[in-house]
Amino acid sequence: MPPVFGVLFDGFAYGMLLFLMSVGLSVTLGMMNFVNLAHCSFAMLGGYVAITLMNAFGWPFLATLPVAFIAAAAASVVLERIFFRRFYNASDLDQCLLTIGIVFVSIAAAAYIYGTDQQPMQLPPYLRGSIAFMGLDLAVYRLFLIATALLITIALVVMVEATRFGAQVRAAVNNQRMARGLGINVDGLFAITFALGSGLAGLGGALAIAMLGLDPQFALTYLIYVLIVVSVGGLGSIFGSFAAAMLLGFSDMAGKYYVPAIGAFLIYLVMIVLLMWRPSGLFGRR
Amino acid sequence: MTSEAIPVRPVQYLQAQMRWRWSEAAFWLATLLPLVLTPNYLVLASQIAITALFALSLDLILGFSGIVSLGHAAYFGVGAYTAGLLSKWGWGEPLTALVAAAIAAGLFGYVTSFIVARFRHLALIMITLGIGLVLQEAANSAGWLTGGFDGLQGIHTWRIFGRFRFDLYGYTAYGYSLAGLFVIFLIARRLIHSPFGLALRGIRENGLRMPAIGAPVHSHIQTIYTIAAIIAGIAGAMLAETTETVSLEALGFQRSADVLVMLILGGTGRLYGGLIGAVVYMVARDQFSGLNPQYWYFWIGLLLIAVVTLLPNGILGGLAHLARRLKVAS
Amino acid sequence: MQKMFYGLVGLAGLALAIFGIGPARAVDTIKIALILCYSGQFADTAVQMDNAVKLYVKQHGDTVAGKKIEFIRKDTGGIAPDVAKRLAQEAIVRDHADILAGWILTPNALAAADVSAEAKKFMVVMNAATSIITTKSPYIARTSSTTPQLNYTLGAWAAKNGLKKIYTMVSDYGPGIDAETWFQTGFKEAGGEIVGSVRFPVANPDFSAFIQAAKDKNPDAIYIWIPGGAQPLAVGKALSERGVDPAKTKVLGQDALGFESALQGMGDTALGIITVANYDYNHDSPMNHDFVKAYNDEAHRNPDIFSIGGYDGMHLIYAALQKTGGNTDGDALIAAAKGMSWESPRGPMMIDPETRDIVQTVYIRRVEKVGGGLRNVEIDKVPNVKDPAKARMKN
Repeated sequence: MPPVFGVLFDGFAYGMLLFLMSVGLSVTLGMMNFVNLAHCSFAMLGGYVAITLMNAFGWPFLATLPVAFIAAAAASVVLERIFFRRFYNASDLDQCLLTIGIVFVSIAAAAYIYGTDQQPMQLPPYLRGSIAFMGLDLAVYRLFLIATALLITIALVVMVEATRFGAQVRAAVNNQRMARGLGINVDGLFAITFALGSGLAGLGGALAIAMLGLDPQFALTYLIYVLIVVSVGGLGSIFGSFAAAMLLGFSDMAGKYYVPAIGAFLIYLVMIVLLMWRPSGLFGRR
Repeated sequence: MTSEAIPVRPVQYLQAQMRWRWSEAAFWLATLLPLVLTPNYLVLASQIAITALFALSLDLILGFSGIVSLGHAAYFGVGAYTAGLLSKWGWGEPLTALVAAAIAAGLFGYVTSFIVARFRHLALIMITLGIGLVLQEAANSAGWLTGGFDGLQGIHTWRIFGRFRFDLYGYTAYGYSLAGLFVIFLIARRLIHSPFGLALRGIRENGLRMPAIGAPVHSHIQTIYTIAAIIAGIAGAMLAETTETVSLEALGFQRSADVLVMLILGGTGRLYGGLIGAVVYMVARDQFSGLNPQYWYFWIGLLLIAVVTLLPNGILGGLAHLARRLKVAS
Repeated sequence: MQKMFYGLVGLAGLALAIFGIGPARAVDTIKIALILCYSGQFADTAVQMDNAVKLYVKQHGDTVAGKKIEFIRKDTGGIAPDVAKRLAQEAIVRDHADILAGWILTPNALAAADVSAEAKKFMVVMNAATSIITTKSPYIARTSSTTPQLNYTLGAWAAKNGLKKIYTMVSDYGPGIDAETWFQTGFKEAGGEIVGSVRFPVANPDFSAFIQAAKDKNPDAIYIWIPGGAQPLAVGKALSERGVDPAKTKVLGQDALGFESALQGMGDTALGIITVANYDYNHDSPMNHDFVKAYNDEAHRNPDIFSIGGYDGMHLIYAALQKTGGNTDGDALIAAAKGMSWESPRGPMMIDPETRDIVQTVYIRRVEKVGGGLRNVEIDKVPNVKDPAKARMKN
């Protein structure tokens, strides 16, 4: 197989990671219109929790993943109770300011507790190395990443399409006022969805360490990519986030392989063109 | 039982808005204080004045017209590089460089306004962000022109009117930037308190309905966007002239984000919001980072959270709210 | 309206508060402004440099030539030449600083050079590596390294050690482009052939595509220049995933590929990577062993190139002050600094009297397994290397 497929495979894995980190923001933004720029702080929290468990307590890598999820979800519940719920009716700009303030605080806290350098991490031996497949070298860790993300995607889709809870979420995303009118507890729903989304971000953060590294600036560095995925995919749409993340992962990789001179631009140009064509995102409503 | 609805005549309304309040006059007099009270801080003061001008330009599109832009620094940077390049190529006269920067930034703003005028909400935010990021990368690649990462070297600003040299203490820099800020503020104020300004506010509130009363939405948005780009370009040029440096971060995402934060902090749509926001944010950042160079953004984060919790709609918005409550109570 | 009044009161209050904060000047102190990027993405480099500065003062006391040394620490927040210039101006005008020190990032150093020249203040650059910095003010001396100095040496070494075809990959910004130019010059002048080159975007999280393209060209070696942070890890990952075997295709780079955190993250895939640097904490000299031990006691981590730049910068300041007898006049200090040479934990070093730039031994190292961990082991060295860029500028 020509080597470009190896590159595309890597792009697929990168896209899956972006999807995990972004899907939570897409749903909460679509449902409650709450601009949560601190979303990647939850991802960072998940990463640091995983690192602490591995380095300070010697936990195996796989065991830290659920804890990262739970820690990020728990933190989001706390923040939601204390701060966010007072701002559901505030202007978008105020929500921006609030969540940016939280991002700054989280970065400073991470720098204070963990220091400013990269967090070292060793993957367990069974996740290292590559597998040869049809003339390509496929990294084991990326396969793991793709498998995990696909499992989670399936679980999410099943939950949204086939459960009562999912139906309520869809109703709340489509028409919040109507949903309330039908007696759906939208606020409670949002709290749960928010926790779920933030938990997924935390999981994404923990998975990202081996691929993207972890330092206190993580919360800001990847915010742009997450926003790109969310806006291109369409607010409130899981399929949209998936498609957008895939598109971005592929175009980023393919662009860098074939035309490295515009490698940096390509992802932004793709975003601009797609948004001009479909301002609500690929699968957004309205 | 029913309150009398007093019909407001538009001309009288606008004239009332245009009248100078004594508090505004006091604000501008206070801007002269640093020259006397804190002469050691004039360089900071001049950078605050320039940032305030930049924030004002963002307020025109964000606060008054509802266009949220995360890439406004693009015009600031274009202006800065224009002035810088002119100086590097041998023409260091500051005032004509401002005109050149205004033209360059205005052109770029006009061209991009065709795209910007067609979108709203998240798409607009991300498109403006994308334009800013693409420009930043392009400027990095065109290192032969922009100096790339190292920044533009060889800028030397001539004396203003042949007399005032840009000194180490910053007297000239502050006088220059403050004068620029004041003059442009007057123009912006006049613009906002005019039928055009009212139309912009209408577009902000309900862009769909405006054509029904005959307001050309697209052309208004393009006009104000170009004007905002011109003002941002002038601010950028002033920074290049007073600091004699220009680098990629002049048009970077960090700068766009910072000015947005300052504007929201001060309060959008109030003309003075950007100015107050710039003062508060930059002074706070300077003081915090002086006290605690490693973790000052922790305190800045707390400041932002505190302001947004206690003073909804920014500092000026919150103060207006308080003032109304006091008036009602008294 | 009242809202404006409150705004005005606030403004006036702030102005008065600022006026109240202003340090008094004591007569027998020497103030050193340490202007670094304490926050932002380069924060770790500032932490390491500051640790070394603190260590030096702890070891040598805070009094030189009868005067007390006082530090004024300021944060530039990252790449911000306008802020850096302002901080330098304020340090001199407001805080009466005598010496401007620190300077990790080139754009900041270049902007502050103007201030140093105008105010005639001694400026010690402890990290920024672009060649032209020392030409911007006659009062600047540098104690770190220059990009041409390191990369030209590596290029020449590569050609002399049997590598004929090399593919270069660098980050697309100032230092990366600089490195590419000088590595290629050094390599080609010694008879090598560059089979291809690419520049990656600065904030690049995934190198897979680029490494694959390099592999396709089948070179003897791949030269990679990236800044520190998360990138060395990502490069290592891409190298191992795309099947680049360091035994067959050598991997060359500057210090960042050999950073401690990078080696820890890359694991055994890093074995065989060859890097060029002016310092490593494994350098085998008694002075360095003592330095590393003292540094670990203070900062609980190993020193790196940023630490040594800071440590030697402080040495230069102290030595120059001793030579001038405490006189902080810019001309006196720079005259004292010129030609000063000493033995540092990194090896011998000197401040070139003509260019005021650093002259030092450049080490070629390879990553090997030593005592269960990965270390950069010195395999070759070139002594007394001057900055080649300035040497050519003269001709």
